[in-house]
Amino acid sequence: MRAPSPRSPLRAVLRNPLGAGSAAVLLLVLAAVLLAPVLRPGGAQSSNILDAYDGAAAGHPFGFDGAGRDELAMLLYGGRATLGEAGLALLIALILGLPLGLCAGYFAGRFDAVGSWAVNLVMALPGMVVLLAARAVLGPTTVVLMVVLGVLIAPSFFRLARGVAADLRGELFIDAARVAGLPAWRILTRHVLVAVRAPVLIQASLVAGVAIGMQAALGFLGISTGVSAPSWGGMLSDAYTSIYTHPILMLWPGLALGLTTAALLLLAVALRDALEDRPGQASARRTRRPEPVRVVPTPAAAAGPARAAARSPLLSIRGLTVAYAGPQGAEREVVHGVDLDVRPGEVLGLVGESGSGKTQTALSVLGLLPLGGRITGGSVLIDGAETVGADERALRRLRGGVVGYVPQEPMSNLDPCFTIGSQLAEPLRAVLGLGRREAAARVLDLLRAVEIADPARVARSYPHEISGGMAQRVLIAGAVSCEPRLLVADEPTTALDVSVQAEILDLLRRLQQDQNLGLLLVTHNLGVVADLCDRVAVMRAGAIVETGEARQILHAPEHEHTRALLDAVLDDAPVRAPWQARPTRSVA
Amino acid sequence: MNTDDEERRVNAADEMLLTIDELCVSYRGRGLRTRPRRVLHEVSLGLRPGETLGLVGESGSGKSTIGRAITGLARAESGRIEFAGERVEHADARRRRRLAKDIQMVFQDPYTSLDPALTVGDTLREPLLAQGVPAKQAAARVATLLDRVQLPADAAARLPREFSGGQRQRVAIARALAPDPRLVVCDEPVSALDLTTQRVVLELLLEIQEATGVSYLFISHDLSVVRFLSHRVAVLRDGRIVESGTAAEVTETPQHPYTRRMLLAAPVPDVDRQRERRAAFARARSGAAA
Repeated sequence: MRAPSPRSPLRAVLRNPLGAGSAAVLLLVLAAVLLAPVLRPGGAQSSNILDAYDGAAAGHPFGFDGAGRDELAMLLYGGRATLGEAGLALLIALILGLPLGLCAGYFAGRFDAVGSWAVNLVMALPGMVVLLAARAVLGPTTVVLMVVLGVLIAPSFFRLARGVAADLRGELFIDAARVAGLPAWRILTRHVLVAVRAPVLIQASLVAGVAIGMQAALGFLGISTGVSAPSWGGMLSDAYTSIYTHPILMLWPGLALGLTTAALLLLAVALRDALEDRPGQASARRTRRPEPVRVVPTPAAAAGPARAAARSPLLSIRGLTVAYAGPQGAEREVVHGVDLDVRPGEVLGLVGESGSGKTQTALSVLGLLPLGGRITGGSVLIDGAETVGADERALRRLRGGVVGYVPQEPMSNLDPCFTIGSQLAEPLRAVLGLGRREAAARVLDLLRAVEIADPARVARSYPHEISGGMAQRVLIAGAVSCEPRLLVADEPTTALDVSVQAEILDLLRRLQQDQNLGLLLVTHNLGVVADLCDRVAVMRAGAIVETGEARQILHAPEHEHTRALLDAVLDDAPVRAPWQARPTRSVA
Repeated sequence: MNTDDEERRVNAADEMLLTIDELCVSYRGRGLRTRPRRVLHEVSLGLRPGETLGLVGESGSGKSTIGRAITGLARAESGRIEFAGERVEHADARRRRRLAKDIQMVFQDPYTSLDPALTVGDTLREPLLAQGVPAKQAAARVATLLDRVQLPADAAARLPREFSGGQRQRVAIARALAPDPRLVVCDEPVSALDLTTQRVVLELLLEIQEATGVSYLFISHDLSVVRFLSHRVAVLRDGRIVESGTAAEVTETPQHPYTRRMLLAAPVPDVDRQRERRAAFARARSGAAA
């Protein structure tokens, strides 16, 4: 019932030359081996001692081995044994490892504890020794040895499945399925198995190669089977006895083994590329040719004198366009010619809904667009210097000294491995060149400046030891640490509780007024705008639709989109009337 | 028997659909020696048929845990949860599946609450499947549900990634409505949405309640959202209910200082009123500190 995904992974594997080639080799080998009774109906055992060590002859392209058996027939029938038994080991490993791993990851608790303990025990066992012991106890039957091998490699599937299932356990859609009333086995087969499918396929391809190698090794050592049934390992073993006189006999089984395992490995690589969704990787390479950026330093002719005259000395953006690389190498423009000015000591609110381009605009100011995005045109003047097309060193100097940045997610912007103090001290030492002791003292001052009650304790803390509101204070301290004149804040309070938000807004206001900072504040919250901003620019679909004084925008908006945003605010919506009993619906 | 039924129907309107009585929930910490952390302390509340009860609180107040305890995702440590006259706090897996017919949930994040590998149709069929609805009826129901949440009929064959956040949340609402439940727990259903989308989704929830008489337990951190949708509001702080009453009582004449502070902390999009609010918030904060 599952609808096929629009971009079939199978087709993606086959479009990859690596995938297509290795799949073709594997198919060829499999077909030849399966068709052995058709190709060589006589079987592999018919031998004529007179043909021993003979070279290629009509109908016998690979010649004969030391017992006078046709080398091609040996390869075909030997492949049946080698591939079949390796397949058996793989199957056993899958049957054991996959369901147990899924259950261990999904149910966790005691099941997981026992399962993981058993799996760790199996992994600690030396495989070859166990196989030799198994042969001594259970006899030299290859099938039995392959079952043992299957058990030995089952842990790789167990751990894989367990990891994926444990990750999924916390996902909301699994919770949703539980609330929907699905029994556990149904959740496992419907939601978890699907997610584990791709990595298991890749792993199976790798493990198959290993299993073939093991099977051949057992055959070569002569511990798996008698001389009766041919196998690639057994053929190698036979050929080894005459390696000085007839080295060519080593070639054919060696080639068969090498080709098959190499094809399996390469197929695994191709599968990984196709299944583990890395969109546009190949195409990204293709689009790397740097297109010239249209810098527009004097837009007077294009935009009229009014626009040219009012360029702010602190931050001035003209005609900014930002584009992202698409899947087929085409670029998609997400910001279409934005003009903005932030004057010293001014707070400009950049407002819009998600996808309106407000964050892209803000990140462009910092030269910090995520991978795949770039400024395709326009001019960004910071402190009078053009930054579009400027080199990384110049940008770094601006970021350190003139522009500070306050991100949206306080927690993910602190490195969990370092204390707050050392994270704040680092830029002080790198940018301002302070010594260790001076930097430490300055960190305490900064923390005090952002109204942290116990700065010494917080400086010693790791990020996970402080609250979200505290983390945002720390990041603000970091943003103002090198005494910038412009602060870019991207939704600085969105992740916080309202009462913490109010405190952070107070802090931003105080810092901004004390240090006469220019502040570019990206937000979707019009209340925050009313609280903090002098002027507002409203964005929609990558363009600014309205700019003006905060009071005018909030109280007398001109553009219909601004009005729609204001209408959606619920603060003045009527409160819901008290509940009244309604005619009960029929108890059907 | 018949008169009994008759009587029950008459009384149904006054009866509570859901009653929670002194509910306590603790989460076990990781590791052997960590002690369980209690997140709900003797919480009691009630919900009538067709009513919306708003639960407001800041992060860590335990508001989501209440919803998770009702749906069986969190284990009740002590206390009672009664649904339609039946104790459900320790329902086993089989009873839970039966209860899923009547108690459903809409989750906060429309991006992770839908399985990315399942089509919208498959996602909507899921709760029906669990109730043993035959395939043909389920397909018809999916079409009705999509219409109900104002999504195009061809949405059933598409994958979640082809939809915007607001549309995904409609799918999640449709999934919750699929078995025609009597109670839907809405856990921050609009907090991940844009302002304009948020309003539209809230109006959809209102309209569905008017049409079907479903009850909502509406969990949110945003008082303005809660008052729009809820008949009654309960304010949670550190796992305890500090204030409850009708939406107008709680949001217009709040009694508890915590509620008052929360109200004053939320900025309004009006320069002058926000200035007043800011000053009042500063006073409330210094008052609390003193």
